[in-house]
Amino acid sequence: MSMDLSSRVPSGAIERLWDKARFEMKLVNPANKRKYNILVVGSGLAGGSAAASLAELGYNVKCFCFQDSARRAHSIAAQGGINAAKNYQNDGDSIYRLFYDTVKGGDFRSREANVYRLAQISVNIIDQCVAQGVPFAREYGGTLANRSFGGAQVSRTFYARGQTGQQLLLGAYQALERQVDAGRVKMFPRTEMLGLVVIDGKARGIVTRDLVNGKIESHAADAVVLGTGGYGNVYYLSTNARGSNCTAIWRAYKHGAAFANPCFTQIHPTCIPVSGDYQSKLTLMSESLRNDGRIWVPLKPGDQRPPNEIPEPERDYFLERRYPSFGNLVPRDVASRNCKAVCDEGLGVGNNGLGVYLDFADAIKRLGVAVIRERYGNLFDMYERITGEDPYKVPMRIYPAIHYTMGGLWVDYSLMSTVPGLFVIGEANFSDHGANRLGASALMQGLADGYFILPYTIGEYLARTKLDKVQTDYAEFKREESEVETITKRLLSIRGERTVTSFHRELGKVLWDYCGMSRNAVGLKLALGKIRELREGYWHNVDVLGGPEDFNQALEHAGRVADFFELAELMCIDALDRNESCGAHFREEYQTPDNEALRDDQRYCYVAAWVFKGANQPPELHAEPLKFEYVRPTQRSYK
Amino acid sequence: MRLTLHIWRQKGPKEPGRMVHYEARNANPDMSFLEMLDVLNEELTLKGEDPVAFDSDCREGICGMCGFMINGVAHGPRRGTTVCQLHMRKFKDGDVLYIEPWRARAFPVIKDLAVNRTAFDRIIAAGGYISVPAGSAPDGNTILIPKPVAEQAMDAAACIGCGACVAACPNASAALFTGAKIAHLGLLPQGQPERDQRVLKMVAHSTLEQFGSCTNIGECEAVCPKEIKLEVIARMNRDFIKAS
Amino acid sequence: MSSVAIDSHVGRAARLYQAYIGKKFVMALTGVILFGYLVGHLLGNLQAFLGPERMDAYAAFLHSMPNVLWLVRALLLVSVVAHIVASIQLTALKRKARPQGYVKKEAIGSSYASRTMMWSGPIIAAFVVFHILDVTTGVTNTAQYRELHAYENLVYSFRRIPVSIAYIFAMVALSMHLYHGLWSMFQSVGISHPRYTPVIKRLAMWVAILLAAGFISIPISVMTGLMGTKL
Repeated sequence: MSMDLSSRVPSGAIERLWDKARFEMKLVNPANKRKYNILVVGSGLAGGSAAASLAELGYNVKCFCFQDSARRAHSIAAQGGINAAKNYQNDGDSIYRLFYDTVKGGDFRSREANVYRLAQISVNIIDQCVAQGVPFAREYGGTLANRSFGGAQVSRTFYARGQTGQQLLLGAYQALERQVDAGRVKMFPRTEMLGLVVIDGKARGIVTRDLVNGKIESHAADAVVLGTGGYGNVYYLSTNARGSNCTAIWRAYKHGAAFANPCFTQIHPTCIPVSGDYQSKLTLMSESLRNDGRIWVPLKPGDQRPPNEIPEPERDYFLERRYPSFGNLVPRDVASRNCKAVCDEGLGVGNNGLGVYLDFADAIKRLGVAVIRERYGNLFDMYERITGEDPYKVPMRIYPAIHYTMGGLWVDYSLMSTVPGLFVIGEANFSDHGANRLGASALMQGLADGYFILPYTIGEYLARTKLDKVQTDYAEFKREESEVETITKRLLSIRGERTVTSFHRELGKVLWDYCGMSRNAVGLKLALGKIRELREGYWHNVDVLGGPEDFNQALEHAGRVADFFELAELMCIDALDRNESCGAHFREEYQTPDNEALRDDQRYCYVAAWVFKGANQPPELHAEPLKFEYVRPTQRSYK
Repeated sequence: MRLTLHIWRQKGPKEPGRMVHYEARNANPDMSFLEMLDVLNEELTLKGEDPVAFDSDCREGICGMCGFMINGVAHGPRRGTTVCQLHMRKFKDGDVLYIEPWRARAFPVIKDLAVNRTAFDRIIAAGGYISVPAGSAPDGNTILIPKPVAEQAMDAAACIGCGACVAACPNASAALFTGAKIAHLGLLPQGQPERDQRVLKMVAHSTLEQFGSCTNIGECEAVCPKEIKLEVIARMNRDFIKAS
Repeated sequence: MSSVAIDSHVGRAARLYQAYIGKKFVMALTGVILFGYLVGHLLGNLQAFLGPERMDAYAAFLHSMPNVLWLVRALLLVSVVAHIVASIQLTALKRKARPQGYVKKEAIGSSYASRTMMWSGPIIAAFVVFHILDVTTGVTNTAQYRELHAYENLVYSFRRIPVSIAYIFAMVALSMHLYHGLWSMFQSVGISHPRYTPVIKRLAMWVAILLAAGFISIPISVMTGLMGTKL
């Protein structure tokens, strides 16, 4: 398979690239648009907005989601907000500053041109969403309100209470339903993509399973768009929804789409700790808690006293001690790593020792309960609901959790993968966040891709490409259908002794221990062995009941976990290959004396795009070199 | 904790269902209700019995995918809480719990506790939107919106579309769901041009989907996990009467 | 409003009624009329405490304007019929909307009164029929019935204990019906306010209680001998 990793970024000054690209695009005649069929898989911020926008333009769209409604996609759970370089606060923000912050935040592992375009488009997103009726927070004068978020020095985050993701998604969902009503989108809820069909080297369709009756079906099209989200659930426990999975992008990978930077996974420090084996997911609490809470652990390992009985001198406020100037406000990855480190030393708190205290006693003393309640009331309530503990009286316990995956299918400037006609948008692609995503940027990217980038670039592809008519009775479709059916049958025929969940949980533990927030070569090699062994065990000993034609939730899960096994392996291979630390990828061998991530720009200033070479073959690495012409790579320090 | 569970089991939409008795021996006060069912399902699977089908996704109370009746109350005994956020410490050792799916003609059972709620999507498709194609929007601050109006719209917009309102309503009415969307969009200046058509189409469609009528009883408000108020129904009624 | 505006009033009304909101609107509207009648009727009845002369004079006064009287009666009849028809249609909708009931269902947010409107309503309707036969036409009260002798008719009617008990029972049902109906009519026509709706609910309760108490005071007075002893 030949591999073209050209990013296809036009040449010129960065401010004008997107304009130039749009001007150079060949357009599809408006009357011809309805003759093109486009499949959009996923209905979150990226997929939903893309499907709606493509239909508005006149294309024939089919949209698929595994949930029972397009409105359930996990974008809905984003709390904090969405960034936009509106500079409404007159505090010095600009498109260039948002661009700069995002490139720097990504620790210089993203493509400058893409990031600049994202910053440019950010302003249109807010306008679009306001017009759709998204009830953003307002000032008393009626203007849009902003807050500062995730350590940014300007207030550029727009929000709708703690439900920004929900409101943005509902905006996109409503736009999508409008097109459904107009007959331009056909929606397929409870339908999972299980196969990609490539004909003459181009993506021409997908194979799906109807999750209600198990029917395997083919859908032919002129282009396929994946907006299927991130793969954080490979760790079993993450802040992702239960159903979030990598199956669509993984099966695309196996059909030739390169997978970029799979080891770039982001950890969020302020999550509610695991309480037992039965735990099904982790719940994130806004990072803003660290503004007033102080993080500490007991000085003595195994100190069983209740926190309030541990006197000040016997506490270690380890972030304040190690990072005197930033203290508890060090970036996500630094905070997360330090929390894990103290727990690994046996200083962790809670019944399983996997947690640190986030204490509001001082803040309450200083500001009073009323102020704290006003600032964090809903978070405190949520914490109380889940743990049964009252954080006004007892310190919260927090622990880091997998939150977002920067890696994903490789795409060029037009968001097309290495398979022509296969476009990848939102968290499912690798594009804009480099090795680390800034807060309130995920929503921005999903909507930028869906509303404002893909609708143009897909038109360019369709206008420039000769596409013969294909039908679902072609051999390629039949072959893919039978492949999908084989996997299903195989999973159902094993009838071993362990549940899918038990395997998934074990896989997650291996990955979390060795390819989590800090990694080293020895551990990664060990993990690779364990994962292969576990995968072997899975295919011999998993027990999936029921039939292929049932509403069979265990079967759905089983197929996803089978893919997670393979992805987990690729993540470890990627992490092992990248002999540097950057952003969220922290290789213990490569750190500064201050325990900061130590990049190696000489050798690793590239996007690692992995190409599938066959079931038992090692994947092949292709590198897309990254050039930084505007933002000079620097070493960060939070001391 | 030990619990006695009576769970509605139904193989498919056309098949008859019945309550089946289970013992949950390994419940723990720190589990969420769904985790308790996960554990039960693991046990059932190992015994070779079909696990209980139920919907859930985000498990943090926002996606609206989960939901069933616990002892006759939609989403169970804790107010303003979905079943995924309901924890077992709300129950006592030895409790007997009846678990049933949402019941409404418009929400046919798919299997066990999972129901088909696409009727809600079709109500939204009938008019629950503002027609604004991508690219046509003016600057976000062009139209000022008073803070209290934005807040009120947000209260209504908080609906997660879980269907508890329909399930709890003796009439299986979708008035709270429909009213919430009509109130959300009708409160905002951006929603004015389509306001009349929106309410006419959405209300007509909710009847077409065979949801019942609202009789102002208030069960919906009591079970709504986002605590949406009956006021949105009054707003819908007013808009509808005006638009007719 | 494009297509809406050109419709005829009749067409619009028909469309409104087609929707359940329209039916509720009709129930609210007719409810107001019937409530207004109840208030008037109670004020008339309470004149019994002022003695037979006042009561009979009041009856004579009403009958002195037969046109108005029949007009009012027609309005009431239309209202009652519309109220009942709409309620039956809504109930049919309800049955259709949930073909399979719950094994277990708890009510946690609604009043007993609101859930029993379809019981209290028919009880009141049945009572009204009997009541008209009894004290207006005298069909069931033949022995002593004399037209336009309202006071006598009333006292003789209530001296029959079962009649009084039935009357009191019906008035309790009426009170419950009004408690839900009175605030609910505001909701049905779209009047709701976070501050005033709770006030309306409380007012509805007191009005319902006072109205029923007013009506019940008469049979109680007759049975305890406070009224009509001279007859």
